[in-house]
Amino acid sequence: MSSLNDTQARTLSVWQNRVRMRVLSKGAGPALVFFHGPWGLHWDPFLDTLSQHFTVHAPEHPGTTPGAPDDIYHLDGLWDLILCYDELLEQMGLEGAAFVGHSFGAMVACEVAAAYPRRASRLALIDPLGLWRDDAPVVNWMMLNPQELPGAIFRDPASAGARVMFAQAEDEEARVTAQVELTWAMGATGKFIWPIPDKGLKKRIHRVKAPTLLIWGAEDRLVPPVYADDFVRHIAGARVETVKEAGHAPHLEQPAAVAELVRNFLRP
Amino acid sequence: MKISAFHLMPHRELPADFEKRYPSVWVTPPWWELADPVRVGQYYNWTLDELLFAARAGFDGVCTNEHHQNAYGFMPSPNLMGSVLAKATNDLPVAIVQMGATLPTQNPPIRVAEEYAMLDCISGGRLVAGLPLGSPMDVNLCYGITPMEHRERYREAFALTMKAWQAREIFPWNGRYYQLANVNLWPRPIQQPHPPVWVPGSGSISTFDFAVENEVCYCFLSYSGARSAKGMMDGYWDVVTKKGRDANPYRAGFLQLVVVADTDARAEEQYARHVEYFYHKCLHVPAVWFSPPGNQDYRSLQATARNPMRYAVNTKELRYRDFVEKGYVIAGSPATVRQQLEEEVVKGLRVGNLMVLLQIGSMPHELTLQNMDLFAREVLPSLRGFWEDEGWVNHWWPEKLRKRAPEPAVVAAR
Repeated sequence: MSSLNDTQARTLSVWQNRVRMRVLSKGAGPALVFFHGPWGLHWDPFLDTLSQHFTVHAPEHPGTTPGAPDDIYHLDGLWDLILCYDELLEQMGLEGAAFVGHSFGAMVACEVAAAYPRRASRLALIDPLGLWRDDAPVVNWMMLNPQELPGAIFRDPASAGARVMFAQAEDEEARVTAQVELTWAMGATGKFIWPIPDKGLKKRIHRVKAPTLLIWGAEDRLVPPVYADDFVRHIAGARVETVKEAGHAPHLEQPAAVAELVRNFLRP
Repeated sequence: MKISAFHLMPHRELPADFEKRYPSVWVTPPWWELADPVRVGQYYNWTLDELLFAARAGFDGVCTNEHHQNAYGFMPSPNLMGSVLAKATNDLPVAIVQMGATLPTQNPPIRVAEEYAMLDCISGGRLVAGLPLGSPMDVNLCYGITPMEHRERYREAFALTMKAWQAREIFPWNGRYYQLANVNLWPRPIQQPHPPVWVPGSGSISTFDFAVENEVCYCFLSYSGARSAKGMMDGYWDVVTKKGRDANPYRAGFLQLVVVADTDARAEEQYARHVEYFYHKCLHVPAVWFSPPGNQDYRSLQATARNPMRYAVNTKELRYRDFVEKGYVIAGSPATVRQQLEEEVVKGLRVGNLMVLLQIGSMPHELTLQNMDLFAREVLPSLRGFWEDEGWVNHWWPEKLRKRAPEPAVVAAR
């Protein structure tokens, strides 16, 4: 697995310089923006594979950039967050990049694509949040005890993919830091979706014009795969790929398969 | 020294296997399996009768509090209870201590300022205005406030409440969370410039700073007793000193569970199962719910991760004697209780505003009255004079009740 050393990191300031967002970038080729999930950004094998074909830019959601936790307090709600992303993409000079997002990040990618249809050329959403069905409620992972979390996110909580998110450092200090970063990332992203991750996307989703692919872990226990039907119903021309032997983070449990799906979709 | 009777209003008849059968006492307990509204009406009336008994027995104050969607303490509106108590005690020198209405769950929060003003008017100026942040279970889980906004909303609501009570002119409030073009409270409190304010906490350092900076009484609502609280309360007094305030013991409030009987052995015989019921069933809550992600700021999160003291003890493994030995509950004969309260709570933590929880868990009505009666007759009179020789003024108590006639407790009880 590649480490941060292989990526280029730069921190950009948005929102009247009150919000700092670090962006990790790697690779060559067409621009691809990756929006990470509620558990923080980890440069993982999936992103590494994509970077062999694209210039992958992975921004950290406000508040999750190291050294800038309190920046999150400058944002009042989802609309502020979407505007921050528009400013960030503007600064990066990205007009029509491919968007790939996971979970909360997929919801943000979808929101940005709905608000600014020209920003996204194509949209790959991996187990996105953003919609709600009373008959299949999304599990509130922020209320689960820490030891329950890996089992809720991953089909196999002992898999290599799970270790990307829940690395157990041997060093006590590193272990504590990782736990703090994980909890803080959930808090900072949770600010925009607590307690129900339905903040009106269903009213705006028709504005998405980019060709869209839904990728869903067949055994997603957090956001049941039935939600794929709702996204497909709302986005013209969208289609679904289900990933076997994967839970809520199929790009970590089946990185090669998901990278292949994304690559084929982005370069048809 | 002011001593108030606190009441949670719990479900007193949860099944023996409650904590094994259900995931928590908050949010998830199924009403239709566990409760009956007629019986619950009886609980409310017992609760009111018990607090009125305490008022007549000579306690200085009676305390209510707010919780939601749970079987541990179900007064969703403390002000409904406080209203009954205020009216029924108009002939008594007892404070109506609202511990209290939760600010962030009211929108707009001037609802609390209005209702407290009503209570102050009805009681003739006997209100103590508790302004709690609210537990994460109530505010985040039951009322849907985002954990990261919980404290920010509280601070804004607190500032708005204080201004609403004190402003002479109609004013606009253009806040982050609350926007009101005209704030003009009707009615206003009798107590001027505002009723005494108590802010409850559970040991968070940011609340120490907030309490001292705003000149309110910091109340540690603890279920683990004075010995466990010693370090935290020392920290509070350090903040008081660092910020250049005096060491007035009335700056501090503390809640202590107490059971009194004729002898120590009799106390165990009468109260053991109710104490165990409280810790095993009423506090049956997953640890993470006490602090969902975002509820603590980044620095507090780091501090807690490095020093996870708070959840170190699993109370489900403890029995009555453990709770007594660890000082969670002060229990026994009047002499035992007097001595421990004085040493551990009053002197040990430097507390001027003591609250005692005398109805605990499944404790039935008659036993509760017995506990209150024994406490009022045998314990309260010996504690009441504490701090008086040092000449401190309790700025955090209704002015008209600061000096009260000596020993009405004994008179009332006889």
